[in-house]
Amino acid sequence: MTPSGLPPGETPPEQPLLSTAATTAPPVRRYGFPAVLWRALDNHPPPGLSRIRWRSPLRGPWLTSVFGATLLVVLPIVIVTGLLSYIAYGPRFGQAIPFDVGWLKLPTFDWPTRPSWLYRLNQGLHVGLGLVVIPVVLAKLWSVIPRLFAWPPARSVAQVLERVTLLMLVGGILFEIVTGVLNIQYDYIFGFSFYTAHYFGAWVFIAAFVCHVCLKLPKMVRSLRSRSMRSVLATSRADTVPEPPDADGLVAANPDPPTLSRRGALAVVGGGALLVAALTAGQTLGGFTRPAALLLPRGRSYGKGPNDFQINRTAVAAGIDPAVTGGGWRLQLLGGSVPVLLDRAVLEGMPHRTVELPIACVEGWSTTQTWTGIRLADLAAAAGRSHPGSAIVSSLERFGAFNHAVLQADQILDPDSLLALQVNGVDLSLDHGYPARIIVPALPGVHNTKWVSAIEFRET
Amino acid sequence: MRALAQLAARLYGERLFHLIVVLAAVAVGAYAISVLGLRNLFNPTVWWQSIAVWFAVAVIGHDLILFPLYALGDRLLRRSRDAPTDGNGASQHPSRRIPLTNYLRMPTLAAGLLLLIFLPGIIEQGAPTYQAATGQTQAPYLSRWLLLTAAFYFASALCYAVRTLLGQRRSGDTTATAPPARSQMSPRHSDRSR
Repeated sequence: MTPSGLPPGETPPEQPLLSTAATTAPPVRRYGFPAVLWRALDNHPPPGLSRIRWRSPLRGPWLTSVFGATLLVVLPIVIVTGLLSYIAYGPRFGQAIPFDVGWLKLPTFDWPTRPSWLYRLNQGLHVGLGLVVIPVVLAKLWSVIPRLFAWPPARSVAQVLERVTLLMLVGGILFEIVTGVLNIQYDYIFGFSFYTAHYFGAWVFIAAFVCHVCLKLPKMVRSLRSRSMRSVLATSRADTVPEPPDADGLVAANPDPPTLSRRGALAVVGGGALLVAALTAGQTLGGFTRPAALLLPRGRSYGKGPNDFQINRTAVAAGIDPAVTGGGWRLQLLGGSVPVLLDRAVLEGMPHRTVELPIACVEGWSTTQTWTGIRLADLAAAAGRSHPGSAIVSSLERFGAFNHAVLQADQILDPDSLLALQVNGVDLSLDHGYPARIIVPALPGVHNTKWVSAIEFRET
Repeated sequence: MRALAQLAARLYGERLFHLIVVLAAVAVGAYAISVLGLRNLFNPTVWWQSIAVWFAVAVIGHDLILFPLYALGDRLLRRSRDAPTDGNGASQHPSRRIPLTNYLRMPTLAAGLLLLIFLPGIIEQGAPTYQAATGQTQAPYLSRWLLLTAAFYFASALCYAVRTLLGQRRSGDTTATAPPARSQMSPRHSDRSR
C-alpha cells in the first residue's frame, strides 16, 4: 500500500540502503542505437510503475543463481530424455510423433532392448524430474519478476532481442510443464495434439535455454561466489539482510523486514520439490512405493489378482469385441512364402518362455510383471523368415493411433521379446490384451501392442 | 577494424557474441514454428484450443496471473497477522509470541502446489479420457487432496504449538536469553554471516 517513499520516476538505480556492501560504482547506463528512442522511452514510464515496491528482502542475484544453477543441472536431463523418447518411438519407421520434425531431433539410432529398464528410466527421469522441478521454476520466476517491470524495458536493440528470447524461455518452460502435466493426467482440454505441441514447444524452449545459459552463465557463477552457501545456511531470519544492490534491480531498494531467512526460502522450495518427488516416484518405482503416488493416475491399485496392474487403454475404449477374441481368433503370420494361421491351441503347444519385464509408458509410469509366451524369434521362424529386418504388429483394435507398431530386428530377436499369452501365471485379461500381446524389453509401452491379430515379418 | 567492431557493439548495445547467440535462438524458434506450420498454431474452430494461445498464456501465466494472486494472498495473510499485535493487545506477551505467518504460509503453499499440479484429477476434468486410459474414475482425488491439505495444516499447527511451548519454557527458565521479538523464530542465531 505505502509507496516506496521515493518520488515517482526518480528511483535511483543504486540505493545504498542497508549496506556494508554497496561499494561498487553504479554502472554506466548507455543507450544503443537509436539513442533518441531509448532515452524517450526511458523518460516516459507508464504511470503507476514507479509505485510498485518490491517487498521481499531475499530477492537478489545470489538467490536467483541458486535456482538457476539447479535448473541448469536438472533441465538438460529432462530435455535429453525427452528427445531420446522421440528416438525410442522409432522415427525410422515413421512412428515417432510428430512425424516431420525437420532437423529438430537427435541423430536417429536403433533404440536398444538392453537394459530392459532403459525406457522406464528414461521416462521416469523425464516425467519425474519435470514434475519435481516445478517448484524451482516457479521460485526462479518469482525471483526475477522485478525485471519484468523494469523501466525502460530496453536500452538497445540487444535488449529487445534478448527479451524476445526470454518470452521463448518463460513461455516455453511453462507451456511444456502445463501440457506435460495435463497429459499424464489424461486431461486433453487443450484440444491440440499433445505430442506435436510438446515437441515443438520443447525446441522453442531449448533454443532460448541454450541462449540464456550462454549469456548468463558468467553472471551466475559470479553471483554464486558472492556468498557462501554455508554462511547462508548459518544465517537466521533475524540476521537476514538484502544482497548488495545489483545492476539488474533484482534486489529491492526498499524491502520489508524479512519474514523468512534465505535458508528458509531454500528449504521451502526444496521442500516443495521433495513433496512432489514423494508423490511422484511411486508411479515409476512401483511395488510398495506405488500407493505413495496419491494424486497420480498410476498410483492406484487394481486389486491383488494376477491381472490387477495398471491398464493403458481399456478393451472397451479400444472397441474390442470379446467375441472375436474367443475360439475363432487366429494369429496371422506374414512374411514367408505363404501366410501362416495359428489358433490358440497351436500357440499353447509351442515352446514357452517366462520373463520378468517392466512395461513403461511415455507418461512416466511403469510396472514390472512376469510374462509368459512365445519368443518373437520363434514366430519369425514359424512364419518362414528367421532373420527379419523389421515386423509390423497389428491389433484387433480397428481405430486408434497405436493399433499397430513396427519393431526393429533387435527388438524381434531379443530372447526376451515375446508374444505373451499369460501374465503372472494366468491368461491375460481382456484389458491387458487377451488373447495375446507383445512384450519387448525397453520398448515404449504403447508399442507393446495388445490384442494382436497379425505379425508381418519384413525383410528390411 | 577493431574500432568498427566497437562501434557496432555500441550501436547494438552488447558484444557481438550476444548478437550471435540471440539470433541463433530466435532462428531455431522460428524454424520450429515453420516445421510445425504456422497454420497449426491456430485452431480455426475453437480459438482457445490453439497452440499459440496456450503459449501466450504460458508466457504471462506466472508473472501476470499466478504471481499477483499469491502475492495478494500473502499480503492479506500478513495484514491479518499484523493487526492484533499492533493494536488491542490480543496477546498478553507480544514479545514472546512466535509469528504465525510462516506456519500459515507453508501448509498453504504445499496445498496450493499440489492443487496446481494435480488439478485435473481433483476437479475430475477429462473424465472420459481418464476412464478410457485407466479403466478407473477420478473419484478419490478430491478427498485425497483435502486430506493431504488437512495433514499439512495439522502438522503446521503441531509445530507451532511445540515451538510456542518451547519458547515459553525457555523464556520462563532464563530471562537472560530471551531474544527480542523478531528473532524468536530462530533460537540460535549467534553466527552472523555477513
